[in-house]
Amino acid sequence: MALYVDKYRPKDLEKLDYHKKQASWLKGLVNGGDLPHLLVYGPSGAGKKTRIMATLKELFGSGVERLRIEQQVFTTQSKKKIEIRTLSSNYHIEVNPSDVGIQDRVVIQELLKNIAQTQNVAVTAVQDDKERKKAFKVVILTEVDRLSRDAQHALRRTMEKYMQSCRLILVCNSTTKVIPAIRSRCLGIRVPAPSSSEIVGILNYIAKKESLNLPQELAQKIAQSSTGNLRKAILMLEACRVKQYPFSADQDVILPDWEIYIRDTANEIIKEQTPQKLFDVRQRLYELLSHLVPPQLIFEELLQRLLEKTDDSIKGRIIAEAALYEHRMHLGSKPIFHLEGFVAKYMAVYCEYQEEAAAMFD
Amino acid sequence: MVRAEKDLPWVEKYRPRTVDDVASQDEVVSVLKKCLQSGDLPHLLFFGPPGTGKTSTILALARDLYGNEFRQKVLELNASDERGISVIREKVKNFSQMTANQGKIRYRIVILDEADSMTRDAQTALRRTMEKYTKTTRFCLICNYVTKIIPPLNSRCSKFRFRPLPTDVLVNKLDEICTKENVNFRGSDDLKFLIELAEGDMRRAVTLLQSAHRISAEKITREDIRNIAGVIPDNVVEQIYTEPVLDRLTKRMRDFVREGYSGDQLLTQLLQMIIADERIEDTKRAALLEKLAIVEHRMKDGASELISLQDLAATIVSSH
Repeated sequence: MALYVDKYRPKDLEKLDYHKKQASWLKGLVNGGDLPHLLVYGPSGAGKKTRIMATLKELFGSGVERLRIEQQVFTTQSKKKIEIRTLSSNYHIEVNPSDVGIQDRVVIQELLKNIAQTQNVAVTAVQDDKERKKAFKVVILTEVDRLSRDAQHALRRTMEKYMQSCRLILVCNSTTKVIPAIRSRCLGIRVPAPSSSEIVGILNYIAKKESLNLPQELAQKIAQSSTGNLRKAILMLEACRVKQYPFSADQDVILPDWEIYIRDTANEIIKEQTPQKLFDVRQRLYELLSHLVPPQLIFEELLQRLLEKTDDSIKGRIIAEAALYEHRMHLGSKPIFHLEGFVAKYMAVYCEYQEEAAAMFD
Repeated sequence: MVRAEKDLPWVEKYRPRTVDDVASQDEVVSVLKKCLQSGDLPHLLFFGPPGTGKTSTILALARDLYGNEFRQKVLELNASDERGISVIREKVKNFSQMTANQGKIRYRIVILDEADSMTRDAQTALRRTMEKYTKTTRFCLICNYVTKIIPPLNSRCSKFRFRPLPTDVLVNKLDEICTKENVNFRGSDDLKFLIELAEGDMRRAVTLLQSAHRISAEKITREDIRNIAGVIPDNVVEQIYTEPVLDRLTKRMRDFVREGYSGDQLLTQLLQMIIADERIEDTKRAALLEKLAIVEHRMKDGASELISLQDLAATIVSSH
């Protein structure tokens, strides 16, 4: 049995639930025959991949849904072998080059050259002129914002050189870390997160299809706690169903474990500011890190939770400190130091503030 | 398979073919023309902001010099080609060692595009090569920042600065393209708006125009162009800039990230807004600008966009 997320993923451009105007011009773009390189960006769970796959389907037909996983091996100049996993159909190939870390440039250069230099036989064999125009392969590169500078520079010329035989679709969360040279060569497509009411609409649709009875209050609550991440919202719906069905309107929405854990951690920090507590918090942070929750996510979530409980007068300072430690975390290699550093700083600032407040009352 | 003319990106299609076609840049063109007449060429170093015609000029020059033999006599290397020290030693050396004794021009041209992204080592390796093969090869280095080229290379070339193109030249060029491609986006006002968005970068302006043309076949509106360029609507930036309550602003930043806008675009637009704002005190303005710089730096380093922007939010609120 498939998860709802996969089961109800729209397959065609017409069936997309929101950003319909965008879908219609994507369609125009495909049928115009001359597809440029695309740069698709937006927060996670907004539907970037769904849109890309729908576009590809519009372009090549349902052949793009027959996927296979392959391991490819590349050799660097220093004769080191690197392996990378690709997901491909006859018409496209999907890679996440940032998987191989610092060697991503080699992957990009070699992979693109390989693909661009071979013609797409399946399509060229067709006699129809209009079909012939699509004689290119599509390369989807995900998480472009995590590519190294070198790799991004390597992309820029390749993009122009192999325009004829391959098109790139770049996917990222934010374009800030993509160099301008690449941005200016692509057609940017922004995919904003769906609004709460759009999420509610989709949840209702799924509930109807599954013949579930979904109370509106619960749908609202799920949409609220999903913070615009549709995938998360649908997963939560499914989790709720597993936990308790029939639904009740005041049922608790099941948040992901780590989110609850971080919330509790934030509460602990606010409860007590002592070296002993700091020690406990470190345990908790380790726990999160060892479950592979990305440090950046921990940081963001922790800050948001702490801000909810912090007095206005020190908020500015707290955020400034958070930004400083978070930045250092990216430059360094051990996230725990910086997470803990921030927690310690927060405790210090909070204590200072409480003492001052107490002094004012005296 | 011959690539259909129609599928070419306009940037390539409308590249100037001869030195005479190069828009503006009169000084450079007049010097180069003299060189063409005498048939003698020094090593060249072109520098200037992106989209001002550096690559186009050298390609046009080479075409004028060699005509049909262009392909064999020019070696074009840029950042995407493997360009470490070994390539400079092998490829460039082999290319320059071949004498070019047919025809009246007795040298070849090596174009090193985006030379500022070459490593120091590679640049150093180039010094000797450049001198040794002067008889058979001329080098043309192209870069954005002349400061990133090591001084020994600097002193071996004659330098040409490419100025940003004046707006009216850009308008004329774009109008010409519009007419030829049947684009429904005319009037110098609209074109000026496009140029402003592209920050005077010819390539960017042309690419934007082509993308817009692909999407909306009939009439291109300013709104389309804005969307494609990823510009944030003015009222969103305005709301962020004028929000007096920190809680609301931090929330607004969260929504902003959720909308998928790019953080550095926000910084650019905020910068313009802060500079244009006459009511703000100078000290506060300075504080804001400094924060912008810090936040930009952090985001480029890979720091979380959300936290960095919220940090900025705190500074914005305190400046009211």
